[in-house]
Amino acid sequence: MKRTGVFVCHCGINIAGTVDVKKVAKELSRHPGVAHAEEYVYMCSDPGQNLITEAIKEKKLDNVVVACCSPTLHETTFRNTSKEAGLNEFQCEIANIREQCSWVHKDMEKATRKAIKITKSAVERVRRNESLEPISIPVTRRALVIGGGIAGIQSALDLANSGYEVVLVERSPSIGGHMIQLSETFPTLDCSQCILTPKMVEVSKHPKIKLLTYSEVQEISGYVGNFKVKILKKPTYVDPDKCTLCDECTKVCPVVVSNEFDIGLTGRRAIYIPFPQAIPATYTLDIKSCPGLLPIACGKCADVCEPEAIDYDMKPDIIEEDIGAIIVATGYDLYDKGLMAEYGYGKYLDVLDGLQFERLCSASGPTQGKIIRPSDHKEPKEVVFIQCVGSRDPELHCAYCSKICCMYTAKHAMLYKHHVPDGQAYIFYIDIRSGGKGYEEFVQRAVEEDGVLYLRGKVSKIFEDKGKIKVWGVDTLTGKDIEIDADMVVLATAMRPSQGAGELAKKLKIAMDKDGFLSEAHPKLRPVESVTPGMFLAGAAQAPKDIPEAVAQASGAAAKAVAILSQERLFHAPTVAQVNLNLCTGCGMCVEVCPYVSLSLKDGKVEVNEVLCEGCGTCSATCLRAAIQVKNLTPLQVHEMIDASLGGR
Amino acid sequence: MADEFEPKIVAFLCKWCSSAGSDLAGVSRMQYPPNVIPITVMCSGSMSPLYILSAFKKGADGVLVSGCHPGDCHYIKGNFYARRRIALVKKLLEFIGLEPQRFQMSWVSAAEGTKYTQIIKDFVEELKPIGPQTKLRRSS
Repeated sequence: MKRTGVFVCHCGINIAGTVDVKKVAKELSRHPGVAHAEEYVYMCSDPGQNLITEAIKEKKLDNVVVACCSPTLHETTFRNTSKEAGLNEFQCEIANIREQCSWVHKDMEKATRKAIKITKSAVERVRRNESLEPISIPVTRRALVIGGGIAGIQSALDLANSGYEVVLVERSPSIGGHMIQLSETFPTLDCSQCILTPKMVEVSKHPKIKLLTYSEVQEISGYVGNFKVKILKKPTYVDPDKCTLCDECTKVCPVVVSNEFDIGLTGRRAIYIPFPQAIPATYTLDIKSCPGLLPIACGKCADVCEPEAIDYDMKPDIIEEDIGAIIVATGYDLYDKGLMAEYGYGKYLDVLDGLQFERLCSASGPTQGKIIRPSDHKEPKEVVFIQCVGSRDPELHCAYCSKICCMYTAKHAMLYKHHVPDGQAYIFYIDIRSGGKGYEEFVQRAVEEDGVLYLRGKVSKIFEDKGKIKVWGVDTLTGKDIEIDADMVVLATAMRPSQGAGELAKKLKIAMDKDGFLSEAHPKLRPVESVTPGMFLAGAAQAPKDIPEAVAQASGAAAKAVAILSQERLFHAPTVAQVNLNLCTGCGMCVEVCPYVSLSLKDGKVEVNEVLCEGCGTCSATCLRAAIQVKNLTPLQVHEMIDASLGGR
Repeated sequence: MADEFEPKIVAFLCKWCSSAGSDLAGVSRMQYPPNVIPITVMCSGSMSPLYILSAFKKGADGVLVSGCHPGDCHYIKGNFYARRRIALVKKLLEFIGLEPQRFQMSWVSAAEGTKYTQIIKDFVEELKPIGPQTKLRRSS
């Protein structure tokens, strides 16, 4: 029989406070096959690890079980320790007696009994573990960045400047994201376009960046280091190499639709350039609003296009790319306007959302930075800003705080006062959250220098009355009802994951949280990684965040991607499926259920592609003859673990 | 004084969601009865019906299988297979006369420490009144 060593950790009092560790060690020392059992205050400490290596050598142990915290924390530590002592790393298993035992129970006797069973179960498992070597796989040293907002741009530039090729995919006709729509940025009041466009130009000129705009990720397969990605490039019907940006086409286009860039404040033609500094600098023919591609339907734009850049026969293109690591930076959208009827959004022209107000303030906006009412083009003298519209409202809308609204509302009020010095700005708020460098000072500046009036409370009703927008609310600090005859109302609507991000997450197989934001692998320690190896998160796709945070996370994600791309080869867990050819009848049921296409039939038997197999074990549960099993968690091992879990009470 | 009946439960937890969820319950120091011995498997899709029968045969009073929420499986679709398979096992167990409360399936994500805690508490409470499982227990 193999000789097993059991090492029980006190973890200070984290385990020893509820579990009688001495009793666990003593009980385990009597378990068949256990040649050595001891306990120690901190097994993960250097002296603790030394205990293990010495015992392995002295007692000639074949395998070890460490009864301690969750394997997600110290499995690697103790496998390396075992390796140093000459064992194969897979001859070490962890019994989780902390998170799954000592921390969740108070009764010492019962918790000790449970810890003994958990540890015995791990002993039964390790005893039948095979010694395995990691499977080595090559790495494609190219990255994919999905989303061309500030986060995606930053990640792409960092990767490209580290020497790696990057494919940057953006679904709209230009990169720039929401940041390019902004007027000024808090807390410095830097012009948003002025600080973003240099980065956009750098992207367009960078020899290592392949920019695919008007494109969407369609399909993805493979695994870390070796993804295969299919990207759909939609036709723009304009050849960017021929287009001279003369703008003759838009003058003749008979179609006017709502302009997304100005969030409906202006119109655009069916053929258009999103904004003057668009990257790539070219026009796009929006086929959904175009009367038809046949010259008989319209054809005016092609008629006036002197360089003959317009090509009605352009077809969608499927581009296939080999990729080693992926960064998802799909950003945010504002909360659906249709859901905010209580604030009159969509009903009254002079009720705007935050992004629309940015466009009104912007020097490049529809009014060249003049703040006027959309309804009658008059200068508003009383403007009400409302925070937490859709945020912090678990009953009706989103439970979370959208984080940036306190700051941008202060900025909006300030910008308004700079444009209309004799006007009055009111802000309805619940709390002011101004954590961040220079943020609190910025809010103070809005109050002290620009006379912005903060009112603590929620707005109960908004309605139109004699050309004014009446705002009813309550100041909860004084308890007084408030009525303001406003000329304009600006809503700080909640941030939502961008439309379509959920479908993309499903294609990529990365998890989302309850609000649809992408889930990080660990909330504290792995904030830029997804749970899926080789996929990283950047920007507001993961959670509401402001520009500096999005940029920092984007650089962090790029660094994580470099850690993969800089490797010659990666190592894949060898706990994969294996086939017992004597039992396999070649029925192919396992082939059908494998989520990774790692199984195939060859000469009437199933064959495993070990590089593709992730070891999930779905095949094993499907096989009627137990002919396919996952290494180191075989049905025999599970049965023995069940036995140990239930035995000896 | 006779001890109150304490049901023995085996909980098969998938590594990526439910085991992580039970870890979170621990990290958050939530409290639940110590009747459950967890066994971490890679995926709920790897749960052979034989494991469930084996646990009952070896004296379990209750068996829990817990995986990622449908659509969130770390292995893409393993939990869909688990769901179908487990529905069948449930029918089989009922057919042979086992109390349906003894076998449960749940979806617990890595963020749902509270849910895991509640499931264990409820499960133990449900099993207490129906007493030891003898139907499938191997005679010894």
